[in-house]
Amino acid sequence: MIVAQLRERLREGAISFGYARWTIVGFLLLLWISAGLLGLSLGRLFGDCLVRSGMNGVLVLALLLPVRAGNGLNFGIPLGIVCGLLAGVFVMELNATHPFGVEAFEAHADLSKGWSGFTLAHLIALPLAAVVGWGYGWLLERVRGQEMMVGIYVGFGAIAGMCVLWLKLPVTYEELIWPIGGEGVRNTILIDDYYKWILDGWMDIDFGESGRKFQRSEAFFIPTGLLIYWLGACGLIAMFLRTRSGIAMSAAGESPAYARSIGISVSKMRIRSTVISTVLAAAGILVYTQSYGFYQLYKAPLWMAFPAVAALLLGGASLRNATIFHVIVGTVLFQSLLTTSLPVVNKLVYLLQQNEIVDVRYSSSLGNIPEIARLIIQNGVILYALSRVARDSR
Amino acid sequence: MTSPPVLEMLGIHKEYDGTPVLKGIDLALRAGELHALLGENGAGKSTLMNILFGMPVIHSTGGFEGSIRIHGKDVDVQSPAHAMRLGIGMVHQEFMLIPGFEIHENVKLNREPLRGRAYRRVLGESLDLIDTDTMRSDSRSALARIHLDVSETTLVSSLPVGHMQFVEIAREVDKKNLEVLVFDEPTAVLTESEATILLGVMRELADEGVAILFITHRLEEVMSVADSVTILRDGSHVVTTAREKITIEEIAEKMIGRNIESGLSSVAKAAPSAESDDSADVILEIRDLEVDMPGEMVRGVDLSVSHGEILGIAGLAGQGKVGIANGLMGLYPARGKVTFAGNPLSLNAPREALTAGLAFVSEDRRGVGLLLGESIEMNIAIPSMVICGSFLKGKALGPLAWVDRKAVRSNAESMIDKLDIRTTGPDQIVRRLSGGNQQKVCLARALCLEPKMLFVSEPTRGIDIGAKQIVLDWLTRLNREQGITIVITSSELAELRSICQRIAIICEGKLAGILASDANDVQFGLLMSGKASA
Repeated sequence: MIVAQLRERLREGAISFGYARWTIVGFLLLLWISAGLLGLSLGRLFGDCLVRSGMNGVLVLALLLPVRAGNGLNFGIPLGIVCGLLAGVFVMELNATHPFGVEAFEAHADLSKGWSGFTLAHLIALPLAAVVGWGYGWLLERVRGQEMMVGIYVGFGAIAGMCVLWLKLPVTYEELIWPIGGEGVRNTILIDDYYKWILDGWMDIDFGESGRKFQRSEAFFIPTGLLIYWLGACGLIAMFLRTRSGIAMSAAGESPAYARSIGISVSKMRIRSTVISTVLAAAGILVYTQSYGFYQLYKAPLWMAFPAVAALLLGGASLRNATIFHVIVGTVLFQSLLTTSLPVVNKLVYLLQQNEIVDVRYSSSLGNIPEIARLIIQNGVILYALSRVARDSR
Repeated sequence: MTSPPVLEMLGIHKEYDGTPVLKGIDLALRAGELHALLGENGAGKSTLMNILFGMPVIHSTGGFEGSIRIHGKDVDVQSPAHAMRLGIGMVHQEFMLIPGFEIHENVKLNREPLRGRAYRRVLGESLDLIDTDTMRSDSRSALARIHLDVSETTLVSSLPVGHMQFVEIAREVDKKNLEVLVFDEPTAVLTESEATILLGVMRELADEGVAILFITHRLEEVMSVADSVTILRDGSHVVTTAREKITIEEIAEKMIGRNIESGLSSVAKAAPSAESDDSADVILEIRDLEVDMPGEMVRGVDLSVSHGEILGIAGLAGQGKVGIANGLMGLYPARGKVTFAGNPLSLNAPREALTAGLAFVSEDRRGVGLLLGESIEMNIAIPSMVICGSFLKGKALGPLAWVDRKAVRSNAESMIDKLDIRTTGPDQIVRRLSGGNQQKVCLARALCLEPKMLFVSEPTRGIDIGAKQIVLDWLTRLNREQGITIVITSSELAELRSICQRIAIICEGKLAGILASDANDVQFGLLMSGKASA
């Protein structure tokens, strides 16, 4: 009896998980099996999958509330990302002699390193993102029905504007300044001495011996701090969704007419969702960066919304409904897929070369396969979701 | 009139999902006859017209029984285009015109005369050039025939509403094979003088030999132009007669009069009678209320509701009865002076109306009434959570107080029990419930707000008889046991008469009159048709 019930529950669970996701899981298993057969370290691979999931997870989470509030997918998260980058650069500038022209600051340069630097970056990034998010939300209210289209171009526009700003930003710290010309911020900024891997390495569990600093072992490892940060943020949002405001927000998204009839201000809810989304995007880029190892400015944030959107949709979300479960499952599946396919294809190409099956001259183009696969999956999933909307609305 | 009928509809039977909506309708039209088709909303007029025009909705719901004959020959109307080829035209209530086209382009749309260029054999007719001269002269003569004095090159969008109606007629008149013309409430949007001209044009067309079927709610119009009258009621054919043989009072009575039993046991009414409302204290005072609700405009209603009564609001569809509650609750822009329980009620502010102690069960159950993707328990709890802050834990946190799931659950369970909601459990998704059970959830939701006064719109629309009875019984009980004042808006007069003390009739956005529920059918019929001198 109990066994039968359990089996029924499992069956229902499997169905609600969705065929699309089972297909991805199957493909992922296939990749892992071939990785094993090719002699790659599976432990290392799984560890990498966890790291990639954690570092992208907050950005995916940032998309959740706008979907719930009826704004669709927030393609405007580059706005939040830019806020995070600005804060990061600002904190590093504290190392300059007489940062911001103030002599007294110099003594506190250490503030910019380690936990204090990471926290300080958050303290600056989040309020800034909240203000920017409010303005962006206000804009979206004026283009109701076109949120996603406008979001994409607001993101693009903001990045282009920031390119000019980066070039003209009066930074004085030598690690920041563009080496040629001596003005503006450089393209990529190393953070080894600041807070690289501050989350990844916090209480991490490594099953192997890592040699040098910032080198991972070949065995399985768990980036504990990173996962706690991501899952903790997911937990906070899950709790928010159970509060009065969270419920009002979901109601406004699901049926604006209903929400209005019980006195909920739909536009207030939507703006609120955009603010939280932008704030999470700012935090998300800081998390991403501490794992990645350097800040990427200029055009780097241009396409960052798209993989996040793809991950959420892959997790089973639609333009009208998304849950924390979709965020977590989608991020893990999408990132694992990307993380695993690259070494597997590289190894394959290498073996094919060794056995002279593939001409060395063409092998470099084969190395692009994971990138091509990423683009196909990422944009394919987005296209699929958008086509579903067209059908639903008919 | 002994000429054989042009159009005959014989023994028309139609069911939607097992519910009969037409029960053996016979209709015959002769050339030159102006025949009025009358009936309340839901009497079956539109379904009958849909059958006549072969609308897809008829075919997709299993067709119909009975036959249609034109000049005595059986025809099977496949589609509206087919009906057009058979010589049946229609002037729609909502204009089927392209605003950015000129009159003559609208008149000839998709029937444009062609020049017949030689290349047409190669490229096909659709690429042949249009013969604009013929098009314009044809349109001119069609306009002249209906006495519309405007240039055929005027843009339709620049015409006054009344003229658009005439362009529609010109389009139908221009069809050379036109034998039967149907007018669906043609005077609804016209001013009185325009309506008079239109009726004159209809008369002339009939005299030229066109058979005209005329659907309307205005009984005076019928009396002034029609040759004969057919009345439908609840899908049945009540009577067909010559106009001279029937009075306006008889028409009204035949349209309304129905067997009140129809599955509804009449609920015993509470004590206060219609006359005592002067002495009873007034809880809601409405002065000069105007509501911009598309399709249900309210144009200046004065109404007082006494404490503890059940007031019905009746009227035909589109006359504004639904707009009153929607306007008071702030769902549509409203103007006017409203006093509730001694305090002025601000309009256009849903939240204030709700906190003042008004609650509303909307006629748009699936759009406004429910969150279809949410569970029953959440649907019941969310409004009171948002408005009164009930079902929350940690209220000190203000907007961050979180849901008390236990309270939500136990509240839902007691409501399910009280209202007899048939469900698999409080966590069932509302979308999967039947209409009746959804309506009960809407009621439960309104009750959780602990209102002083409850507005209920179309409480029994689209729900089965069993659920209907429960909903109506329950409203009466609420009124009697908890003293909640209730205002019910409904298209079902019988239902209002079974539970209300007074019934306000709304016509053309205004209060036509208030009747006691036991007033006779004639009075109801006349007020609803806008003949105020009842």
